[in-house]
Amino acid sequence: MNTDLIRRKALKTGSSLALFGVLGAIGLIRPGLAHAEWKKAAFEAKTMEEALATLGVAAAESSAAIHLSVPEIAENGAVVPVTVTGSLARMEQISILVDKNPNMLAAHFVFPEGTEGFVTTRVKMSQTATVIALVKADGKFYRVSKEVKVTAGGCGG
Amino acid sequence: MGGPMKIRASIKDGVTEVKVLMQHEMETGLRKDDAGKLVPAWIITEVKALHKGRTILEGQFGTAVSKNPYLVFHFKGAAKGEKVTVIWVDNRGDTRSDEAEIS
Repeated sequence: MNTDLIRRKALKTGSSLALFGVLGAIGLIRPGLAHAEWKKAAFEAKTMEEALATLGVAAAESSAAIHLSVPEIAENGAVVPVTVTGSLARMEQISILVDKNPNMLAAHFVFPEGTEGFVTTRVKMSQTATVIALVKADGKFYRVSKEVKVTAGGCGG
Repeated sequence: MGGPMKIRASIKDGVTEVKVLMQHEMETGLRKDDAGKLVPAWIITEVKALHKGRTILEGQFGTAVSKNPYLVFHFKGAAKGEKVTVIWVDNRGDTRSDEAEIS
């Protein structure tokens, strides 16, 4: 066996070990957490009522302690920055929804103890619509919303 | 396997800020190609961040997360020089794991 073959074999073994490690890390954590499964029904919901119901939200109060930061006008609907933060005690979850998108729910985050109730991400918006931040804090749901005017839709890319 | 993530983690006053930029098409499944055929959805569905084997963030994405997803979050209980690992899985079963040292 020449050295090149040995090197290739080592690389092959190395990468499959790395993959095994990744799958192991995910697999180890998943069985204990039922909510870690991808929320297919929630992400495929076509109406706000359906999206909220699949997220287990019966009622959500508005709260001045939650801050939703979005641009007033988005020139590019494909990349709209969204930041959600709040000063409520024990913020457990943040979901970001866009009311006029084909699927309302854009992203859902779960914060274990020690992680702050804060997230920044970027979402696509098909048209001018209302962005809703849904927060679960200490077992209760809260929502805040803001309109974003989209001058070029996010459907093309 | 997708392209590497860019991860920056920095600590200030006991709070570590993690910024992640993933490389992914995030194809919605609603777009048509030049021939008028729907391009199938291809999206990251789950993201997880770990610090010393402990989960510090779990995220789930739908089709409305932008191409090359960007994420910022804050957590407590880490120290400089320790590592943060971020893992994603997409709807085709592809996965990627990258780590960064906290500065």
